[in-house]
Amino acid sequence: MSVVTNTTTIGAIELPSRRNTELMLLGFAVVIPIFAYANVGLAIDGKLPPGMVVYGLALAVVAGIAHLVVRRFAKYADPLLLPLGILLNGLGLVLIWRLDQSVRLQNLAKRAYGGFSESAPNQMIYTALGIALFCGVLLVLKDHRTLQRFTYISMAVALVLLILPIVPGLGADVFGAKIWIRVGGFSIQPGEFAKIVLAVFFAGYLMVKRDALALASRRFMGLYLPRGRDLGPILMIWAMSLLILIFENDLGTSLLFFGMFVIMLYVATERTSWIVIGLLMSVGGAVVVASFSGHVGARVAAWTDPFGCWERGGLDAGACEQIAQSIMSFGSGGVLGAGWGQGNSDLIGFAANSDFIFSTVGEELGLAGVMAFLMVYGLIIERGVRTALAARDPFGKLFAIGLSGAFALQIFVVAGGVMGLIPLTGMTMPFLASGGSSVLANWALIGILIRISDTARRPAPAPAPSPDSEMTQVVRPS
Amino acid sequence: MNKPLRRISIFCGLLILALLIRTNWLQYVQAEELSTRKENRRVQIAQYAQERGNIIVQGEPITGSAVTDGSDYKYKRTYVNGPMWAPVTGYASQAFGSNQLESLEDSILTGNDDRLFFDRTIGMFTGEKKQGGHVVTTLNAAAQKAGFEKLGNRKGAVAAIDPRTGAILALVSTPSYDPSSFAGNSKADEKAWVELKDGADKKLVNRAIRETYPPGSTFKVVTAAAALEHGVVTEIDAKTDTPEPYFLPGTKTEMKNHSGGCKEASLNEAMRISCNSVFANLGDKVTRDKMVETAEKFGFNDDKIDTPVRAFASVYDKNMSKDGNALSSIGQFNTAATPLQMAMVAAAVANDGKLMKPYMVDQLTAPNADTVEKHKPEEMSRPMSAENAQKLQAMMVNVVENGSGKKARIDGVTVGGKTGTAQHGEKNSKKPYAWFISYAKTDKGSPVAVAVVIEDSSADREDISGGGLAAPVAKAVMEAVIKSQG
Repeated sequence: MSVVTNTTTIGAIELPSRRNTELMLLGFAVVIPIFAYANVGLAIDGKLPPGMVVYGLALAVVAGIAHLVVRRFAKYADPLLLPLGILLNGLGLVLIWRLDQSVRLQNLAKRAYGGFSESAPNQMIYTALGIALFCGVLLVLKDHRTLQRFTYISMAVALVLLILPIVPGLGADVFGAKIWIRVGGFSIQPGEFAKIVLAVFFAGYLMVKRDALALASRRFMGLYLPRGRDLGPILMIWAMSLLILIFENDLGTSLLFFGMFVIMLYVATERTSWIVIGLLMSVGGAVVVASFSGHVGARVAAWTDPFGCWERGGLDAGACEQIAQSIMSFGSGGVLGAGWGQGNSDLIGFAANSDFIFSTVGEELGLAGVMAFLMVYGLIIERGVRTALAARDPFGKLFAIGLSGAFALQIFVVAGGVMGLIPLTGMTMPFLASGGSSVLANWALIGILIRISDTARRPAPAPAPSPDSEMTQVVRPS
Repeated sequence: MNKPLRRISIFCGLLILALLIRTNWLQYVQAEELSTRKENRRVQIAQYAQERGNIIVQGEPITGSAVTDGSDYKYKRTYVNGPMWAPVTGYASQAFGSNQLESLEDSILTGNDDRLFFDRTIGMFTGEKKQGGHVVTTLNAAAQKAGFEKLGNRKGAVAAIDPRTGAILALVSTPSYDPSSFAGNSKADEKAWVELKDGADKKLVNRAIRETYPPGSTFKVVTAAAALEHGVVTEIDAKTDTPEPYFLPGTKTEMKNHSGGCKEASLNEAMRISCNSVFANLGDKVTRDKMVETAEKFGFNDDKIDTPVRAFASVYDKNMSKDGNALSSIGQFNTAATPLQMAMVAAAVANDGKLMKPYMVDQLTAPNADTVEKHKPEEMSRPMSAENAQKLQAMMVNVVENGSGKKARIDGVTVGGKTGTAQHGEKNSKKPYAWFISYAKTDKGSPVAVAVVIEDSSADREDISGGGLAAPVAKAVMEAVIKSQG
């Protein structure tokens, strides 16, 4: 790096804003789900689905508003994030609508609850609310660094959010996992929002403490071991994620939080020892809990031998059947899939449109479709990591990597769960699964990433004109 | 902080990569295994997702499909005259699987067969729904009906084949069942299935090809063929050296006859009045190994007689003692035969010693009736020379004309036959089986050979019951075939 730098020339180059690229991509992101919707309707009823025009217009309007807000308030933002979100959300709506048409699921609901209500209209409303939240984030959060101020408040909020489901009278135990709260007629999954709030806390905390954590350590067996007093917060997070696991039976959320924390810790301190310590702690915790908790034990049994434990019957048979059915969904889909609306992924039962919605992709779109979806998710993660790389402030870097890391872990945990790669954890596939909390939280997440990327890519403000620059001839040493 | 960021991005990439590998493993490597697992309901759903092709007898389908509501399966199988045709079709049930032709030709019937690939591809472009192909059988509706009605309420079976080709003309098994009664998956279907499965009558068993019985005196035809083929007897009207009483070789057990005149009786006469002593003696002289040789040429001890539904192996013991062989020569002891096997014996005699391989699927066709596969009659073996076959024909005609098989006589047609009453159970405590095997011959050759077995016949005197009970059934079947073939 040369000491002699003429900063004035940089200001003259205007970075392209890429807003038109985004608009074009949005066009694809709206048209593809509309075709998918038409396809499902033709496959199931032999005619174009009712309300196709309304659906198409609604999606286009929502996407258009989001685009205008980005154009106005986050001009230099990453152009891919919004179209990818719209694409996934639109396809998710089609998948949910498709499962609404399943006679098998309708009968199942009628037998169990005495009635069946469609999920797609609700999901449509949640999508609109999600985009509204996305716009709200961009409007209110002019600079992500203002969130630094709320470091410790975020911690308190996150703790409250996580504890809510175990508060008697508020929490709802659904299929063995206490991760919902019921307010009025709505059920909310606080864990989805806690993900973002916790990222704020971790980023703020680690930015301040990174030097202490990175430098004040002793070398032991090739690893830099932290001082005891620095280990405190980490132990606290570890204990908290274990408590979530034990009291809420929520393997996914606890894994997600701890994983996110370890990633952010590693990025903040640049010390591999944190990864080793984090892995040891999570493995230790998981083993201990798995051997005591029946719920987690059942999930592990269902993972190792789904068909065997389904056949043996007993208490776990339900969980095992779901996994076995899901794996068969993927297998029956084969390379090209059965086609939209022509599979039988609804054999999985109740969770077909939430936890197991990815199995429908597997069966109806086949290997090709699953890989395409995974690549779309991969692109979102990649844009997130790129945003972290580009961010100029440590808080923004940590925040962006925390959110994208959590997103990646969530994809891995959910998709890996339904594909039988890892034990099922009962989380939702972002943007695809039916459920308001998930859609809202993930749109907020995209909104924040867009805000950080806007700040990161925004050209540096032009410096005050320097009177010398016109006259001085710079001679660079070669 | 960018170095760890790059590593994290690699880590995230690895997570996605792991998912990509997993999905390739599931959807490419393991796809076939997962999509055909027994737990995978899609297999049955696809099986019953469109109308199944039909099983056809003389141009008329004996099966059909009906739309069902409120279940995963769109169509269910229906049967025309189910109980009568059940031994031919088998069943195809949404809940309880399928068997026999329904199972063996499933790929054609569902339209999934690779040979129908072209039809499916055309259908994909013309927008036609996938259809199943058809199975065209060799059966003769009139013969089947005659056998089924004549057996009536009695427990028994009929197998009829065309001796010239081996085409199976009738397969009757009573008491029968209606495969329609459990073709769906409702509670009523389940009840019907459980009753059939656990019932004492064993209605689900196809007695014509999947149950073996001691063949009794009908086996004497095989013994006679062996005696002629191996040169023990050359002249059928010559006296044999059979003493009266005759003791089983190496024992003091007397072989009883049920009629007089068996002392030194000729082969022809012994056949007519069904002398046990003469045939036991001949079987002993032929020796066990040569008896086995001839019996196996007729199809005994062969566990791979596929029509295409596999028939149970009929048995002629290869390792028994001398007295066992003598006793087996009259169709007792360890000897056991399916009705189809005994029809093959009669057919080989009628076809001048040439045994044709039995089959009941003439052709498989595409949904548009184009032939996909056509069966060509094949020769299975030659248990005897044409000359000896004609000698046997003369003896069997004698049985019908002048002996115990009079009830099988048909005006204007040459009929040869042999009666049998097989004892079974401890000390013959159970009621014997009445047997009759026969063939008919017109000026155009022999169009039909039949075997009839009736369990629990009320009378127990040797031959009279076979002749009295089973022969009329055989006659009705033969008449039906002759009439239908003009």
